[in-house]
Amino acid sequence: MEGPLAVLVGVFFIASIYLMMSRSLIRLLLGVALFGNAVNLLIFASGRLVREVPPIIAQGAYAPEGITANPLPQALILTAIVISFSFFAFLLVLVYRAYQDLGNDNNSALRMAEPENTPKPVVGY
Amino acid sequence: MIIAVFAGFISALFAPIIVKKTGNLAAYLLALVPLTLFVYFTGFIFTVDDGATYNFYYDWASDKFKLTFYLDGLSLIFALLISGIGTFVIIYAGGYLKGHQNVGRFIGFLLAFMGSMLGLVLADNIMTLFVFWEMTSITSFMLIGFDNHRTASRRSAIQALVVTGLGGLSLLAGLFVLAHMGYTQTGAPIYELSTFLNADISIIDHDFYWVALILILGGAFTKSAQVPFHFWLPNAMEAPTPVSAYLHSATMVKAGVYLLMRLQPVMGGHELWMTILPLFGAATLITGTLLAVRQKDLKLMLAYTTVASLGLLVLLIGTSYKAAILGAIAYLVAHSLFKGCLFMVAGAIDHEAGTRDITKLGGLRKLMPWTFAAACLAAISMAGIIPAIGFLAKEEMYAGLLGYGNMALLGAVIIGNAFMMVVGVAIAIKPFLGKEVKAAKAVNLIHEAPISLLAGPIVLAVLGILSGLLCSYCFGDKFLNPAAMAVYGKEFTFAWKLWHGFKTPLFLSLLTIALGLLIFWKIDLVRNILSKVFSEKRWGPDKGFDQFISGLVRFSFKITTKIQNGEMRRYLAVSFAIVAFAMAYPLIDNGVVPEFPDFSVLTFYELAVLAIAFVGVVLVVRAKTRLDAILSLGAQGFAVALIFMLFGAPDLSFTQFMIETLSVVILALVLTRLTLNKGDHRGLRDNIIDLSIATVIGVSLMVALLAVTQMPFNNELSAFFAEYSKPIAHGRNIVNVIIVDYRGMDTFGEIAVVFAAGVSILALIRLKSWKIRSDQYDDEDLL
Amino acid sequence: MSTLIFRTITPLLTALMIVFSIFVLLRGHNEPGGGFIGGLIAASAVAIYGISNGVGPVRRALYFRPLSIAAFGLVMSGLSGLWSAFKSVPFLTGIWWEVHIASYIQIDLSTVLFFDIGVYLVVAGVMIGIALCLEERTYD
Repeated sequence: MEGPLAVLVGVFFIASIYLMMSRSLIRLLLGVALFGNAVNLLIFASGRLVREVPPIIAQGAYAPEGITANPLPQALILTAIVISFSFFAFLLVLVYRAYQDLGNDNNSALRMAEPENTPKPVVGY
Repeated sequence: MIIAVFAGFISALFAPIIVKKTGNLAAYLLALVPLTLFVYFTGFIFTVDDGATYNFYYDWASDKFKLTFYLDGLSLIFALLISGIGTFVIIYAGGYLKGHQNVGRFIGFLLAFMGSMLGLVLADNIMTLFVFWEMTSITSFMLIGFDNHRTASRRSAIQALVVTGLGGLSLLAGLFVLAHMGYTQTGAPIYELSTFLNADISIIDHDFYWVALILILGGAFTKSAQVPFHFWLPNAMEAPTPVSAYLHSATMVKAGVYLLMRLQPVMGGHELWMTILPLFGAATLITGTLLAVRQKDLKLMLAYTTVASLGLLVLLIGTSYKAAILGAIAYLVAHSLFKGCLFMVAGAIDHEAGTRDITKLGGLRKLMPWTFAAACLAAISMAGIIPAIGFLAKEEMYAGLLGYGNMALLGAVIIGNAFMMVVGVAIAIKPFLGKEVKAAKAVNLIHEAPISLLAGPIVLAVLGILSGLLCSYCFGDKFLNPAAMAVYGKEFTFAWKLWHGFKTPLFLSLLTIALGLLIFWKIDLVRNILSKVFSEKRWGPDKGFDQFISGLVRFSFKITTKIQNGEMRRYLAVSFAIVAFAMAYPLIDNGVVPEFPDFSVLTFYELAVLAIAFVGVVLVVRAKTRLDAILSLGAQGFAVALIFMLFGAPDLSFTQFMIETLSVVILALVLTRLTLNKGDHRGLRDNIIDLSIATVIGVSLMVALLAVTQMPFNNELSAFFAEYSKPIAHGRNIVNVIIVDYRGMDTFGEIAVVFAAGVSILALIRLKSWKIRSDQYDDEDLL
Repeated sequence: MSTLIFRTITPLLTALMIVFSIFVLLRGHNEPGGGFIGGLIAASAVAIYGISNGVGPVRRALYFRPLSIAAFGLVMSGLSGLWSAFKSVPFLTGIWWEVHIASYIQIDLSTVLFFDIGVYLVVAGVMIGIALCLEERTYD
């Protein structure tokens, strides 16, 4: 059952990495959003898939009866979703501010920290 | 013992304070430290002469790298020289730099250097040895660069540090090769030098002998300024004179010689050893002496003869011959005494007369009688005239080389010694005899050096004569023989005698003196010829060093501007390319071929959800407008939520739904204020590169995931959570129990991150734009 | 976006969603739910209200600044973990009390519950903060 999901994960990664390398800041942002989902699905699939049985113990029982879905990757992904969302929101605002100040969504224009013409180094002691 | 080694460092810390509190008295107070050490080490003489050795163990970083010290005749002779000369150098430094604002720092560095040097000669563990070795390089750097406002000083300091530091790295590698050569002998790497010395482990026939030898020589030759690494030592004369006297003649530069002596029983006797060492030693000896005679500056003359002397010592060690080693040990002591003394004399002359140019000095005999006396005695030793220890050393090395039977070496040594005698005599006589000076200072201002500047030279010079006279009584037996035995590696008896009668060595000595006098007679002529031959304007290792350093700076600038060109796309592309390689290579290398995924196991609605996700992703990539992008992003997100729902993860599913909703909302809020360009600013070439990098990563991850999921699953951890979540944590939703209970610490960290992200986002929005700074909107309530 | 129908329905919707979020939070230990989901539901509730009725009324209604709520939640989670110090067990170990209100009603209280409430507050506070901020900027 994991096979088809693995193919989807591959597609997610290709798309997100391709977008992240774009010079357009907004596409970079979309790439980051996809990347989060890609990683979550990767973790989910590698924890093996079980159909429709959540990892919940029935009322009155002490342990789950029969096979349930793997709870561990779910716990990992749950927090990862929220974190990647806050990261995404942060990036979004960052892009917004960069756009406001530079009037451009081309990230080659972001050269304040590393200006184009770095002065020559001083040779001597 | 550990206190003895660290005394230098500890007192170095307090030196500035002591100098501040006690002023001119401080140097005498601080000189008590090396003096105490000298007395402490003297106590070992009476046991070490019976062949006793001492091991000291202190636990340090790990069981392999203990802080271990080893004391035998060789270590002892070095320890005595270091602490003894150190005493006078510190007194001398106090007088030499009187009134200088950084005297405290200077004496502190000197003491720290003394500590490192003691640690170096006493170290047993190779790691300990290396650490102290590098510490001598660093303290030397500090001392050479003491006048850090002068460019020449800074250059010399950097040069010394780079040359000896690189050598130190080579040494480290060499020592580890050495340690692992012990592995093939005993089954465990040997990290203690004393194990090599005492267990009689022969590594000479080992396949990697030459590797270890060359690497270790890289360290020893740079430290001891052998050709072609000799150039840093004369440049180090930029340092104040006490440093030159102590580090760059008597002690630090002998560290390389010490190492070779220490390893002589282990590595000596091999053909390579007996070829490389004498060859480089002889080359250094001749080069050093010729360059010395060329110079006019007293200190530079002395520096080049130091280079020559170091070459002589290396040459003698390289013979691995008993009598030559005896000569080397005697010469080592003699050189430390007379060279230390002459440097201090040169410093005193410079201090009082204001110049070190030998052609401008003269007639100081009456003005500085004590300095003159000390200089004469030292010159006698340097020239090798009876009864000084220098004579003893020369007799012994001639006898040794005669016995060894290599006439070329003998010839080189005779010529070298003759030139050295010329320099010694020139320094002792030229400034003091003849016409009055026409130096910078008026004659009536020149007077005898103060006691602090005189104590060192006089004591060392007298010792040089006394040790020669007393050699057959106690000095030879108690002092020289144990060291020589440690270098030779076998016990033997040898009776030192000052007068051997009229034999070949004596005639060779006379020949040397005659040759020396001949050159001295024509010294101006010789100097002119040599100045023309070895013009300073010509290219040499010294200029080469400058080219190397500036080349390095330019090279790193080019590399930096190439790699860090300020384009994020390139950074990402490079990072992802590396990731792609790291992902794909192991898969290909291990030949991982998973089974093709079977789509038929899925129900039609599961397939439909996957298809929605797929289409959503493709549309995000191809989106031309903002609305397209937002909607397709939402579509793939909801599809992912559905996948979670279908495969037993309701919690994830709900969370994903909520997150996707919020994402779409805030994206819509922000993107309405941005424009999305249709193209994404990259050309066809970039597109192809990016797409191929992305494809390699995606496909490798897919293959890896397929391979992983087709392997058996280790359910241990999940089973544990399932079993205990109700009984221990009172919860039936295992996912939630893991989040808030088992992995509570993680969750705590994660909500802290969420909070931090929230704060940063609000701060970013609150920050006023540079462009609309004047636009004063009221943001009081934004938080 | 502030049509009449939307504006009329949102107060009701918001109230319902917030109650639902608390329900999801409290049942989280035994059924699907928990602090993360609850917090997100509460945040969407407030965001919807903000879109329909403007940010000003929302801020007045919340009374506390969103980030203060989040900070309070963070501190609460931390403190609930510290309680274990009194029992000399490691940080964040869950400690349970059984509270009997009447002879037949028993409520299990625990530090874990407070921890989860803290998570709820952090997530809700931060998300509300971000959403309100961005909504506000679109109208300035």
